[in-house]
Amino acid sequence: MKAGISLRETMKNNLYKYILGIADNSLILGQRIGELCGHGPSLETDIACTNLSLDLFGQVRSYYQYAAKIAGDDRTEDDIAMLRKERDYINVLLVEQPNRDFAYIIGRQFLFDVYHYLFLTELQKSKDLTLSAIATKSLKEVSYHLRFSSDWVKRLGDGTEESHAKMQDAIDGLWTYTDELFHQTDADKQMVSEGIGVDVTKLKDTYYNNVAEVLTEATIQVPELKYFQKGGKQGIHTEHMGYLLAELQYMQRAYPNMEW
Amino acid sequence: MTTTEQHIDKILIPILEQVSDPEIPVLSIMDMGVVRSAIIENDIVKVEITPTYSGCPAMDVIGDDIMAALKNAGYKSKIELILHPAWTTDWITERGRKALEKYGIAAPLEAEADKDVLLNGKRLVKCPQCGSKNTKLVSQFGSTACKAQFQCDECQEPFDYFKCLK
Ligand SMILES: [Zn+2]
Repeated sequence: MKAGISLRETMKNNLYKYILGIADNSLILGQRIGELCGHGPSLETDIACTNLSLDLFGQVRSYYQYAAKIAGDDRTEDDIAMLRKERDYINVLLVEQPNRDFAYIIGRQFLFDVYHYLFLTELQKSKDLTLSAIATKSLKEVSYHLRFSSDWVKRLGDGTEESHAKMQDAIDGLWTYTDELFHQTDADKQMVSEGIGVDVTKLKDTYYNNVAEVLTEATIQVPELKYFQKGGKQGIHTEHMGYLLAELQYMQRAYPNMEW
Repeated sequence: MTTTEQHIDKILIPILEQVSDPEIPVLSIMDMGVVRSAIIENDIVKVEITPTYSGCPAMDVIGDDIMAALKNAGYKSKIELILHPAWTTDWITERGRKALEKYGIAAPLEAEADKDVLLNGKRLVKCPQCGSKNTKLVSQFGSTACKAQFQCDECQEPFDYFKCLK
């Protein structure tokens, strides 16, 4: 029967998209903080940021390897990472925002880490054993990330007049991208109903509470906003995305199939 | 469910013990606890390894090195990377911990003490150079993903601390 096959196909496609939705966030954020390699404000923060980037890329590899296996054609993890067009990346807008200054970098990291930590905690319970294993592994690393970014939000927020102003600016500027973290695509919804995906809408309250707790300790005011930006999950990105991909994909575009 | 037990054919142990961690050459991958199973099946050695950290670039090298070592011993092999159960620093053997210290890297503390050291600035990590516990955290991130940067206030030497992972 045709219906049976197409149902299985839909399920497969949705799982594939679901995995990309998770992995693309980490890939794009990993690329952004990787840009700091050799450009961090101090040696320690430089090393810390490249370590975060390395962790994220490591997690991304596990996800893309799994996605490639599900696709079941000749696609590889590298094809998925390097050869898609901008519209085919479904990361949230938050992670693609550029490195304006260190407070902004830390703010972006922090706003993502709080989400990432809650998300992975839930993903551990996924019925999909590969996803649950990746989540368990990644969570250990992401708790370090969260610790690092929270510490810096506090140091900068409760630091000098200048660092405080910059930290507040960063949070104010990035706040508009936080709501999208809790949006669901059709693929997400199906995966939730299958017991594979995480219902992100249920994480929202805890997220904003946890964020507010750190911001308050950092003497940073929690922004109040009614309108939020969205689009990344549908592949509609901000103007920064193209530049990021140009650098990320340069080698594979200039020298197709090049290997180390 | 996978258990945390290792299944390694006895005859393979001396071969695998020759393979060292490319980033900490004094430590064999066996003492590191990354080999979860190694079984001879129809003349092929099936080896399962688990990454210490997701982004650990050493894993690909470790896989290649295992294959080379087994080939030298006359075995064909197949290496598989498994993620479950996730690696923990508890799997580093006693011999491995001693090797780390000798190499100048402070071995991981228990989870609680590790938290106290990394979060609350407690002085509990023993300097691998002079043995003093009068040491301080310089950076939560060190030369590789698994380490934090410390400095000893007695002998002033900087050193790496292998972070606890559970
Ligand atoms: Zn010392």
